[in-house]
Amino acid sequence: MRPAVRQLTGYLTRHVDGLLLGLVLALMVAGLLILFSASNGNIARVSAQLANMVIALGIMWVFANIPPHFLVRFAFPVYLVGVLLLIAVALAGEVAHGARRWLDLGITRIQPSELMKIAVPLAMAWYFNRHEAGLRLWNYAVAVVMLLLPVALIARQPDLGTALLITASGFFVLFLAGLPWRIIGGSAIASLVAAPFAWSLLHDYQRQRILTLINPTQDPLGTGYHSIQSTIAVGSGGLLGKGWMSGTQTHLDFIPERTTDFVFAVFAEEFGLIGNIVLLLLLLLVVSRGLLIAAAAPSSFARLLAGAITLTFFTYVFVNMGMVSGILPVVGVPLPLISYGGTALVSICLGFGILMSIATHKKLIPT
Amino acid sequence: MPELSINLGVEIRNAELETHHFKVRLSLAFGFAALLSALLLARFAYLQVVRHEDLQTLAEANRISVVPVAPNRGIITDRNGVVLAHNYSAYTLEIQPREIEDIDGLIDRVSTLVEIGPRDRRRFKRLMEESKRVGSLPIRTRLSDEEIARFAAHHYRFPEVEINARLFRQYPQGELLSHVVGYISRINQRELDRLEANDDAANYRGTDYIGKTGLEQRYERLLHGSTGIEEVEVDSGGRAVRTLSHTPPVSGHNLVLNIDAGLQEVAYNAIGGRRGAVVAIDPTTGGVLAFVSKPGFDPNLFVDGIDPLNWNELNNSPDRPLLNRALSGTYPPGSTFKPFMALAALSLGRRTPEQAIQDPGFFSFGGRVYHDDKVGGHGVVDLYKSIVESCDTYYYVLANDLGIDAISRFMGSIGFGSRTGIDLAGEALGVLPSREWKQRRFKEKWYPGETISIGIGQGFNSYTPLQLASAIATLANDGVMYRPHVVDYVEDSRTTTRRPIEPKPVRTLDLDPRHIALIKQALIGVNQEGTGSRAFANAGYVSAGKTGTAQVIALKEGEKYVESKMKERFRDHALFVAYAPADRPRIALAVVVENAGFGSRHAAPVARKVLDYYLLGRAPAKTPLRVRKNDSDASGG
Repeated sequence: MRPAVRQLTGYLTRHVDGLLLGLVLALMVAGLLILFSASNGNIARVSAQLANMVIALGIMWVFANIPPHFLVRFAFPVYLVGVLLLIAVALAGEVAHGARRWLDLGITRIQPSELMKIAVPLAMAWYFNRHEAGLRLWNYAVAVVMLLLPVALIARQPDLGTALLITASGFFVLFLAGLPWRIIGGSAIASLVAAPFAWSLLHDYQRQRILTLINPTQDPLGTGYHSIQSTIAVGSGGLLGKGWMSGTQTHLDFIPERTTDFVFAVFAEEFGLIGNIVLLLLLLLVVSRGLLIAAAAPSSFARLLAGAITLTFFTYVFVNMGMVSGILPVVGVPLPLISYGGTALVSICLGFGILMSIATHKKLIPT
Repeated sequence: MPELSINLGVEIRNAELETHHFKVRLSLAFGFAALLSALLLARFAYLQVVRHEDLQTLAEANRISVVPVAPNRGIITDRNGVVLAHNYSAYTLEIQPREIEDIDGLIDRVSTLVEIGPRDRRRFKRLMEESKRVGSLPIRTRLSDEEIARFAAHHYRFPEVEINARLFRQYPQGELLSHVVGYISRINQRELDRLEANDDAANYRGTDYIGKTGLEQRYERLLHGSTGIEEVEVDSGGRAVRTLSHTPPVSGHNLVLNIDAGLQEVAYNAIGGRRGAVVAIDPTTGGVLAFVSKPGFDPNLFVDGIDPLNWNELNNSPDRPLLNRALSGTYPPGSTFKPFMALAALSLGRRTPEQAIQDPGFFSFGGRVYHDDKVGGHGVVDLYKSIVESCDTYYYVLANDLGIDAISRFMGSIGFGSRTGIDLAGEALGVLPSREWKQRRFKEKWYPGETISIGIGQGFNSYTPLQLASAIATLANDGVMYRPHVVDYVEDSRTTTRRPIEPKPVRTLDLDPRHIALIKQALIGVNQEGTGSRAFANAGYVSAGKTGTAQVIALKEGEKYVESKMKERFRDHALFVAYAPADRPRIALAVVVENAGFGSRHAAPVARKVLDYYLLGRAPAKTPLRVRKNDSDASGG
């Protein structure tokens, strides 16, 4: 029996990165704890999230066991399917809360933009891997087109948060693939120049969010309410926090979306600055581990993918915490592994599965 | 294949270079991430350490709602414990009008469950116009149990309508003491501004009512009490979650008056169907025993906001029930002025008691003839007789001898023409004629002829019944003048400690006691053998008094006053001042009955009834005593 058990555990853990798994599990436990408080002890909701986590961990394990060279083959087809689905959404998607994001497939409804979060960096990494022998400027141009096509479709839905995250992940691939500095500098200047033009393309509610960030008190009960109340929650937490289950902003319903996008406000109110530092350190450890995996990755594809996944993860963290603490506009970005919601959890863990796969498959596959 | 190997070498070098480039970029990215993390940490530290205190305050302000708890208003009772103003709890139907567009439609629908009369509607409209405060306004008060049950069953249909238990002010004595007790009513914008200016607004959070007139106004600060505070934790929807702390309100102080409600009723009824005023004062303390202005009005009408119909009726009535005659009505004192004129003459050394005149029945001055009431005159008249028989000619001459300046100075010292300082607001000044006054008022000089009629309490003379009562009380008290006060003591409702309103001698007149004794003797003579003798026949106590009949309109020279020929409103006012018992006065009073005619016939009997009741406990037979009934109610409840 014992050798059998050992064989089984060996099989199960062969492609699992212990450190990364440990960090993910620690963050998930923190997420469940704070969800319990944020939902006023709603066991049903906590159980649902626990189920989401089990599924996400399962998917993570599955992807950890898929070798990177196998992923390469599917990278572009997945991307193509994603873009087609986005076009389908644009033509026949369902409207909810003023945005056309969902596609009804008859059996289930899917949100193709969520798929693109992983499909875009995957496809771009595949593209650069293909042309790694001699990258020309036009290769970057093609990659940019690959990035901007789905981003444009998603931004039109409109879903600015997702569009920005995908843009970020695509940019990370470009950057890590050696996008020349002069191009980076040039586009930075160009985007500054284009900013007024971009402003005119934004939806009213998107503009309002940015204006609210600059001065949240101009509309304290409207668009500024989220920002003001979450800032109050964070600040009133102080150094040590009000204690688990004792946040008044949380439990008296002053924090909007407090189990999902604004769950960090609950955390900060109840665990204070010390809690925030611990949480941020855990998340940075995840980032560090991911970047180390990227640095040691055997192929260009694996390097770029691992780097982009990790940096996108950090982008989630920064945008969410920045939004909750009032230094970034309110965009619908969850705090990875902490916020309630299955979709984001699955896509994050899927990325970690790929990271683990890259970390554990390098010796087995000669380039 | 050298070519291949070279290529391979280039490729390997390229790969190494690329990995190196990648690692540089990765490090840069990590550095950037670390920088952004540091930015986040700085933001957290800023919010959670630097701004912690004010954000904590904001969080507390979010969750803690301070709910004011209105105190019970103090109770007002008479000297014997008869309740004059108290509170009772009743259920009211209230609407929050600000949130509703079709108020009339809503009231129509509610009226199918709870009776809402046209009067309620009118009153509600008026409240809506007047009330600047956000909050609910009563549409119906004093709901019956049945109405409450019926409405409660349909409450879900009317989220803007609520039933609240509220304390209401009630004045069981109705019109009898309306001018003394006054009334409370809803706070209006002007009062709100004043409260804010005096920093009292916080104490009136939760209070809808404020004293508008009478004692309710004058003693507002004491009656109101201190508002309690309940700190309630609320959620973002404003729903109360739990009570955090509770500071109970402190009830207002109770007022116990010098007024005897029984005496008040006797005086009120004694005036009969006419208009008039009675002010009775304890001369030894200044305590006001009765303070009647008739007709009165029902102060209960004002408490919930008076409806326009009742208001117009009260406001437009020719009887002017809202006028406090005893306090703000001014009348020529007529012959009740004579004893004070006589006292002036003695004090100033212009007359001796024995000095007499031969009265031909008139006095000529400056080509004008001033008639005495009695045709043919009173014959030989000395000081005693001038008062007892109320001889006008004696005082025409005297006034002329004294001159306006001396009269004005002396009468001013007894309090004529100045406010007594009673604890009621709105006291009239009256008119004490003088050269300065006339110059001020008419920009004209004083003519010596005008002094003549001043001597008999006519001319420009115009005083409040309160001033008259205060003057006769001062005389009764041998020149020691007390400030009249309605409230005897203020009772702390919590500790029941009593804080008496100390009798305050305003001043002691510099008078020779022998002169006072002479005047007093003459006033006793009035009630024994003079103009008051018929009213005070068989009184059973010795009283002192003086009749007065005040002209409402000036008669043309030579015109004779014939009562039956005059329109009622132009008939003379009947006046009487008195005190008793004559040797140790316990009560002094002034009576004015408007347009009644002779003081001896119409005012003196009123005084007799009041004195009988007060000194002998004898109530006039025919009037059933409402006071007694309420007395037993009060002790029962």
